Amino acid sequence: MNMPSNAMPESPLDSQVLAPTDISANRRLYWSVRRELWESRSIYIAPLAVAALILAGFLISTVHLPEKMRAALALNPMQQHELIEQPYNFAALLIMGTTFIVAIFYCLDALYGERRDRSILFWKSLPVSDLTTVLSKASIPMVVLPLVTFAITVVTQGIMLLLSTAVLLGSGLSVATLWTNLPLWHMSVMLFYHLLSIHALWYAPIFGWLLLVSAWSRRAPFLWAALPLLAIGVVEKIAFNTSHFAAMLGQRIGAAPEHAAHTAGSMSMDSLTPLTPGQFLISPGLWIGLAVTAVFLAAAVRLRRYREPI
Amino acid sequence: MTVIEARGLRKAFGTTIAVDSVDLRVEEGRILGLIGPNGAGKTTALNAILGLTSYQGELKVLGRDPWTHRDQLMRDVCFIADVAVLPRWIRASQALDYLAGVHPRFDRAKAEGFLAKTAIKPASKVRELSKGMVTQLHLALVMAIDAKLLVLDEPTLGLDILYRKQFYDSLLNDYFDRSRTIVVTTHQVEEVQHILTDLMFINRGRIVLDCSMEEFERRYVEVTVHPEQVVAARALKPIHERQLLGRNIVLFDHVDRQQLASLGEVRTPGIADVFVAAMGNQASQAQGGAAR
Repeated sequence: MNMPSNAMPESPLDSQVLAPTDISANRRLYWSVRRELWESRSIYIAPLAVAALILAGFLISTVHLPEKMRAALALNPMQQHELIEQPYNFAALLIMGTTFIVAIFYCLDALYGERRDRSILFWKSLPVSDLTTVLSKASIPMVVLPLVTFAITVVTQGIMLLLSTAVLLGSGLSVATLWTNLPLWHMSVMLFYHLLSIHALWYAPIFGWLLLVSAWSRRAPFLWAALPLLAIGVVEKIAFNTSHFAAMLGQRIGAAPEHAAHTAGSMSMDSLTPLTPGQFLISPGLWIGLAVTAVFLAAAVRLRRYREPI
Repeated sequence: MTVIEARGLRKAFGTTIAVDSVDLRVEEGRILGLIGPNGAGKTTALNAILGLTSYQGELKVLGRDPWTHRDQLMRDVCFIADVAVLPRWIRASQALDYLAGVHPRFDRAKAEGFLAKTAIKPASKVRELSKGMVTQLHLALVMAIDAKLLVLDEPTLGLDILYRKQFYDSLLNDYFDRSRTIVVTTHQVEEVQHILTDLMFINRGRIVLDCSMEEFERRYVEVTVHPEQVVAARALKPIHERQLLGRNIVLFDHVDRQQLASLGEVRTPGIADVFVAAMGNQASQAQGGAAR
């Protein structure tokens, strides 16, 4: 030791306090989320590709649009509304389905991939806590993907409406029927509510479970995510001849509770039905699900600390 | 200031004891070489120091417990685990962006300066780079961090001689100063001999030798013995003897240089030679015997 210790200007404790350019936890989280977007570009490429396909298909279908509109005029308002709105809802559904699949595969790889390619050793050499890392990864399916879905769906529906308008005007038809049956603003609010309530909140335990399995498994995270659930269902069926667990899973994946949101059960974006956020917010299923999510994520944080590269 | 302090550090994986009650003290401004055979417990000891693995015993790095405060510790500690840990998808520019975003002590301009001296383009992805270039990138990132402790675990594994030489040269010229501390493990001991200030041999989870390089140079003497002096040399209890091109090369510990000069050609041995001797003696001694 060739330097007396008092020549060192800061002890570790001081440096913590004095560090002039200390970085807030929020900024670390922000950059960690950006890092996820650099790594998993399918987060936006997949829904964009699906949107492009939808638009291509829709463009071709506009050949028959004038006839369809003439036929629609003869129907009663309810049927007319359904007929006109149908391709728009279908587009929203397709994009949502795509991002849901992206979310599942993203979660399964999120904490598994970094151990498999050993890059976890690089990430852990940086002053980012396991909690920040897991939260940044959880925010992709719970925050980023719903927002991406919303933006891409609204833009896609907007382009579809503009295309239809142009075709109708070109063939000398009135656009009034089209526009009155497509309240885009209202549809967007409904879509946003659906994404927030179902994809962000109701599905949260699914994503939490997948992240947990991804942090835990040494190989085949997909199997580890699915088989235990299947096993519980099978054991319950054999032991008690009931299927509560399977029913619970089905309800979680397939639909929200009956009273949660009218949109959830049918997955339709019917813009005529009113919103019921109050009932959704007081449903126990939502809160139990969120509590379970918190437990899963806490376990994932702990596992990330213990797990070594595979 | 003491940078690393361990007392009774122990880590077992099931029944295998990787690190067995190690006492360790590394002061500021030192470059410590941690040398040991494969499976000696080097990486496990480093992982404990870096907060990557849990352990028993007492361990403080820069005054913190690495296992419970890894993220805080990493503001002042950097490490290069080995050449293959940078994620393959990342671009050089993204790595700089991310570090600038999360690391309070990262100097982006400095890292760009280091990268400008290499063939790495900002848009290059790690998967497009050669192994040597990936190490250059990692080193550029690490050297731009104003850290107090840098830990290198086999940083030059699998690199050719040019990259290895360049790696240690830039580490010494552009990074090291007396307020930083470096701990390095490597099998290419000849290449680090001239940069180390301290040396530690570890075998089967235990420290076999712990000394400064000055002490090392004082203690160990290698003599190429004249054929007629072999018996006299053996009488002085060498710790190791080997034959090279028909000549006897004998290694002594704690024997007077003047006395040895009469036996033949005297020089300071390489770390590798002392290492071989220490490992050989340890194997022949009773279990856990230390050569210090």
